Formats: sequence, structure tokens, C-alpha cells
Amino acid sequence: MISIIIMVLGIIMIIAAFLAIHLKNLLSAIISAGVISLLASVIYLLLAAPDVAMTEAAIGSGLTTIIFIFTLKKIRKGDLDD
Amino acid sequence: MIKRMFIWLALLGLILMFLPFLRDFDFHKELGDLSSQYIQGSIDDIKTQNVVTSVVVTYRGLDTLGEVTVLFLATAGVGFLLRKKNKILKSRVSSELLQTGSQFLFVLIILTGIYIFTHGHLTPGGGFQGGVLITTAFLLLILADVNLKFNHSILLVVESFSGAFYVLIGLLGILLIGINSFLDPTIMPLGSFGKLISAGAIPVIYSLVGLKVGSELTTILDKMGGE
Repeated sequence: MISIIIMVLGIIMIIAAFLAIHLKNLLSAIISAGVISLLASVIYLLLAAPDVAMTEAAIGSGLTTIIFIFTLKKIRKGDLDD
Repeated sequence: MIKRMFIWLALLGLILMFLPFLRDFDFHKELGDLSSQYIQGSIDDIKTQNVVTSVVVTYRGLDTLGEVTVLFLATAGVGFLLRKKNKILKSRVSSELLQTGSQFLFVLIILTGIYIFTHGHLTPGGGFQGGVLITTAFLLLILADVNLKFNHSILLVVESFSGAFYVLIGLLGILLIGINSFLDPTIMPLGSFGKLISAGAIPVIYSLVGLKVGSELTTILDKMGGE
């Protein structure tokens, strides 16, 4: 049962990774990159590694996404100034 | 055309390189020598309920010190590259919900973070996770008010003192026990297995790591999100 859930999550992760590369809208690409980390943390939890799951959820899907969004905001502002 | 062919060739080569690993892979039904040694040691020698913590802080303590150093260097780099301009931004005022909710949630998130790093030797989690959670509390404040000013001297003092004390505790091991005992947690009384005050210096070390990670990541967020 668990292996089926992990496979489904893995397939969604691959789709999200593909979207993160190919989406034209950068904000959507950042969000789908965050989805990869979130699903990875769910998989870690299913594989009985709660320590790694916490780190992945907090850093991978939380902080990294936020820092990417801040950076994106800064880059856009730079474009407007020129 | 040729470029594309080279890309596929490189990918094929990678697959061929990794195939032997896939062929030799089998699930371990029982623990190896080293892991059973770690688990027995963390129960008998350092009385830590969470084996992951005992590996991260004690058996691989030097690696953790290295990670903390890398994080410090990253923060220093961000702080050097992104110097903040001191001007008040006329940005959109955030919504009433976010402002009130952030004030309410801030304390709760900070408390959860502190719980996670003080209970790192009992439950999953530890210094890094707790520190990041504390950072998200400050992130909520930044989102509610963009022009928020942090007290940089407090952040700096917390960050440097926790880092210095971490190294100091490691050196105390060499002084009190022996030359091979850098970051040995048995410099403090071990207490009883499964209680909050147990596992020697591990809760102290993890609290220091949590404070350091929290203050460093808050500095990074402040530098990046301020403008």
C-alpha cells in the first residue's frame, strides 16, 4: 500500500519538476519547485524518517520558496528601473 | 543536432554508470555493525532517546559544526552583497487579517520552535528545524509590515554568542575528558533516559544551534525581503 502511495507521489514530483523547467510564468515555476520539496517531505515521513521530513518541509518547501519569490521580486524591480 | 546527440549520450552514460548500483541494491533486513553500535551507544553511553540526534550531535558532531560554519559563511556573504538601503518604502498595506493573525501566531510559532530544539534529544527535530521555524515566525512579521526594522545588534549578539559557546562546549570535552573527546556530551551529568534533562550536553548544543540558525536565517530574510 505504502509503495503505491510513494509511486504516485513520485510521479507527481516528476510532473512538477517538468513544469518547473517548462512553465513560462516564473512565479508558477517557483511554486511547482516548492511542490517537489513538499511531496519529498511526505515521502520521507512515509519512509519513517520524521527528522529529515521536518527539515525538508521547513527549508525546502518553506524558506527556499520564499527566498526565490523575494529574489524574483527584486529582479522585476530592477527591470522596471532600467 | 550534434549538441543534442551529445546530451543524450551523456545521459546514457550516466544511466550506464548507475545501473550496477540498481542491480546490487537489496533491502537490509537487519542493522549493520556500525548502525547497531550507534543505537546501542545512544541508549547506553549518552542516554539519548532520538538516535538521529545522537548521531548528528555526537558521533558526527564535527560535521554539524561544519554545517553551522557553512551557514555562517552564507549569511556573511548575503550580508556583504546585499547592503540594505535605509529608505521607507511606500508599499501596499497588508490586509487586516494578516496583520492581526501574524501578531497572534508569532508567539505560538516561536514557542513551537523553542519546543522543537529543546526536545531534540527526545522527539524528531532539533536545532536546524527549530531555528527555521523561528525564522518563519519573523517572516510572518515581515509579510505583515514590509518596513519592519529588526534590532541588528541583538541578532548579531545572539548569533555570535551561540556560535562561540558551541565551540567552547566542544573544547570543554577536550579539557575535561581527553584529547579525542571534542564535542563529547558526557561533560554534563547524563540524567535518566527519556527525560527532558538527560543526554548530557546535547540539549544545550542543540539549543545553541537552534538560536544560531534562527538568527542567521532571520538576517538573510531581512536583507533579502526588506526592499
